[in-house]
Amino acid sequence: MEQANMDHAEGHDLHLTPEQEYGISKLGMWLFLGTEIMLFGGLFAAYAIFRAKYPEMFLESHQELNREMGAVNTCILIFSSLTMAIGVTAIQRGKQMLAGIMILVTIICGLGFGVVKYFEYGAKFAHHIYPDTNIFFSLYFMMTGLHMLHVFIGLAVLGVIMVLTFKGKFNEKYSTPVEMGGLYWHLVDLVWIYLFPLLYLVG
Amino acid sequence: MANHTVATNVYVPFLEQKGFLSWFLTTDHKRIGILYLISISLFFLIAGVLALLMRFELMTPMSDFVSPHTYNVLFTLHGSLMVFFFIVPGLAASFGNFLIPLMIGAPDVAFPKLNLASYWIYIVGAIITLIALLSPADTGWTFYTPYSATTDTDVVMITFGVFVLGFSSILTGMNFIVTIHKMRAPGMTWHRLPLFIWASYATAVLQLLATPVVGITLLMLIAERSLGVGFFDPAKGGDPVLFQNFFWFYSHPAVYIMIIPAMGVISEIIPVFARKPIFGYKAIAYSSLGIAFISFLVWAHHMFTSGISEVAATIFSFLTFLVAIPTAIKVFNWTATLYKGSIELHSAMLYALGFIFLFTIGGLTGVFLGALAVDIHLHDTYFVVAHMHYVMIGGTVMGFFGALHFWYPKWFGKMFNESVAKLAWFLVFVGFNITFFPQFFLGIQGMPRRYATYPEEFESLMALSTYGSWILGLGVLIMTVNLIKGLFSDEKAPQNPYGSLSLEWQVPSPPPTLNFDKIPIVTDWTYGYGKKKEVDA
Repeated sequence: MEQANMDHAEGHDLHLTPEQEYGISKLGMWLFLGTEIMLFGGLFAAYAIFRAKYPEMFLESHQELNREMGAVNTCILIFSSLTMAIGVTAIQRGKQMLAGIMILVTIICGLGFGVVKYFEYGAKFAHHIYPDTNIFFSLYFMMTGLHMLHVFIGLAVLGVIMVLTFKGKFNEKYSTPVEMGGLYWHLVDLVWIYLFPLLYLVG
Repeated sequence: MANHTVATNVYVPFLEQKGFLSWFLTTDHKRIGILYLISISLFFLIAGVLALLMRFELMTPMSDFVSPHTYNVLFTLHGSLMVFFFIVPGLAASFGNFLIPLMIGAPDVAFPKLNLASYWIYIVGAIITLIALLSPADTGWTFYTPYSATTDTDVVMITFGVFVLGFSSILTGMNFIVTIHKMRAPGMTWHRLPLFIWASYATAVLQLLATPVVGITLLMLIAERSLGVGFFDPAKGGDPVLFQNFFWFYSHPAVYIMIIPAMGVISEIIPVFARKPIFGYKAIAYSSLGIAFISFLVWAHHMFTSGISEVAATIFSFLTFLVAIPTAIKVFNWTATLYKGSIELHSAMLYALGFIFLFTIGGLTGVFLGALAVDIHLHDTYFVVAHMHYVMIGGTVMGFFGALHFWYPKWFGKMFNESVAKLAWFLVFVGFNITFFPQFFLGIQGMPRRYATYPEEFESLMALSTYGSWILGLGVLIMTVNLIKGLFSDEKAPQNPYGSLSLEWQVPSPPPTLNFDKIPIVTDWTYGYGKKKEVDA
C-alpha cells in the first residue's frame, strides 16, 4: 500500500506561537470588518438607488437635519479615533496607564456621540418625523440607527478592554485585544465619515 | 497499515469524554462538527417529511388532503428549513468543521470558541424559527415583497431567525478562511492542499461577502413590516424589485455556498476509489474560486420576468452562461480521473458517480433557464423546481450522503453495513429520478410551481412524481437507519480502510482529541496514487 506523504517522526509542537496567534486574530478581524462593509453596503446601495430616483425629495428632506449637530458628532468621532490610535501605540510601548486613559477618553467621546444623537432623534420626533415619513428618513433612521448600534457594541468592547488595560493585562509583548478593539472602533468612525456627508451635506 | 501506528503518546479518541457539558461547552472542531451534523440532519429529515406531505397532496388535481393555505405554509417551511437550516450550513459546517484541521495538519480551527459560538447562534436562530411556527409564513422561502410585507402570517419572526443564522454562517466562514491561511502544517503548500480545502475556502469567501447583504435585506423587510418604512412598497415610493435584487445578490452566491463543498467531497472520493491521482488538480482548485467570483455577477437571472431592462437581462444571461465553464471543468476532470482507473464501487463512490450524472443534468437544464427567450416560458414552472432539485439533491445531497459514507469510519470509528448502504443508494438514485424527471415535462407543458391544485391532464405525471418521492423517502430512511445502526455495531473501523493518502486517514479512527501527536511535516501532495508524485512534476 502507498505511504502517505508525511513525516511521523519529525514534527512541531501542537501549540501556536504568539506570532501565529497575533496573525490569526488580525486576519480574522479584518475579515470581520469586511463583512461589516458588506452589511452597510446594502444600505448605501439603497441610498444610491433612491437618491437617483428622487433627487428633490432627498434635497428637501435633508435640510431638516441638523448640520451643526452632525458636524459636532463628526469631530467627536474623528477625535476619538485619534485617542484610540494613541492608546494602541501606548500599549505597544508598554505604557499601560496612558493607554488606559486614552481608551477612557475614547469611550467618553463615544458616549458624547450618543448624547448628541439622542437630542437629534428627539428633535426629529418632536417635528413628527419618523422612519415612515418618507424614503429619505427611512434611510436616515436605518443607517444612523445601525451605526449607533455599532457604537454601543464598540463601547461595550472598549469598556472591557479598558478595565483589562488598567488591570495590567496588556503590555508591549501582548496587546492584541487592544489593537482589535481599535480596528473595530476605526470602522465605526469610518462608516460615520461616509454617513455624515451623504445624509447631512449632499442630500 | 495497522491500527494506531502513529500513537506514541496514549491515544484518547475525541469521542471518549461523555456527558452533556463535554458537548455543550466543547471547542473541539470534531465534536462541533457532530453537533452540526445531527442538527442539519434533523432539519433535513423534517423538511423532507414536509416535502412528502406536499407530494401526497399533489397526487390528485384537487386540493383534498390539505387546504391551499396549508400547502403554501408547507412549501414555505420546506424551502426555508432545507435552504437555511440544512443545505447552507450543510457540508461546510459539519464536514468542513471535522475535516479542515485534520486535512491541513492542525490541532483545531483558528478560533475554537467562535466555532462553538457559531453553533449556538445556529441553535438560537432555530429556536426563533420554531417560535415563528405559531403563525407560519406562507410567502415561499424567498420572502418576496410585496406579499411578504402584507401577508397576515408571521414573516418578521422567521426572517429574524434566518437573520440570526447569518451570523453563524459568517463566523464559520471567517474561521475557515483564517484556519486555511494560518494553520497549515509545514510543507502543506497551497498546491498540495486537498481539493476539499480549496472548495471550503471558496465557500467561506462567499459566506463572508454575501451573508451580510441578506442580513441587511431581511432587516429592511423587518423594518418594512414593523416600522412602516417603504423601501419595497410602491405606494411609498419604494420598489418591490429592489428586494429581489438584494435577495438574489445573496441567494445566488448562496447556491454555490450549497454546492461547492459537495464538489470538494467528490474531488476527494473519486481519486481514492479510482486509485488514480486527481486529473487537473489546479483546474479543479481554481475553478472553485472561479465559480465563487462569477456567482456574484449573475443574480438577476432570477428576475428575467420581473420587469428588468432588456440590456440588463441580456448581460445577466451572458454572465450566467459563464458559470457553465468552471463547472464543466470540474465535471470533465472528474471524468478524466475515472478514465482507466481501477474503480471500486464503494457506496461513497456510488454517491459520487450519482453526483456527476445528476449534477450534469441539473447544470445543463440551468443553461435552458439562463437563456432569455426560453426562460420566459419556463420561469416559475415545475421545470425550475426540477432543475433546482437536480442541483440540490442530485448535487449537494448526493455529495452529503457520499461524505457521510466516506468519512463515517474515520469520524465514528465504526463501520456500517455496506450492502444495505448500496441498496439505499439505489433506492435514493431511482426514487429521485422518478420524482423529479417528470417535473421537467410538467414544466415544459406549463405547470406553474407553488399550486396545490392543477388541471387534470397533469395527473399521471404528478402521480408518478409522488410515487417516486416514496421510493426516495424509503431510500433515505434505510440509509439513516443503516448509519445509526452502524454506530452501535461492534465492528471497529480500521485507521485507513480505503488506503487514502490524505492526512485525516493517517491518524487513528476516531481521531485523538488534538488530532496529531505532533504537527506533521508534509512532503508531497495528497493525490499521489500510483506513480505520479508532486503536482508540478
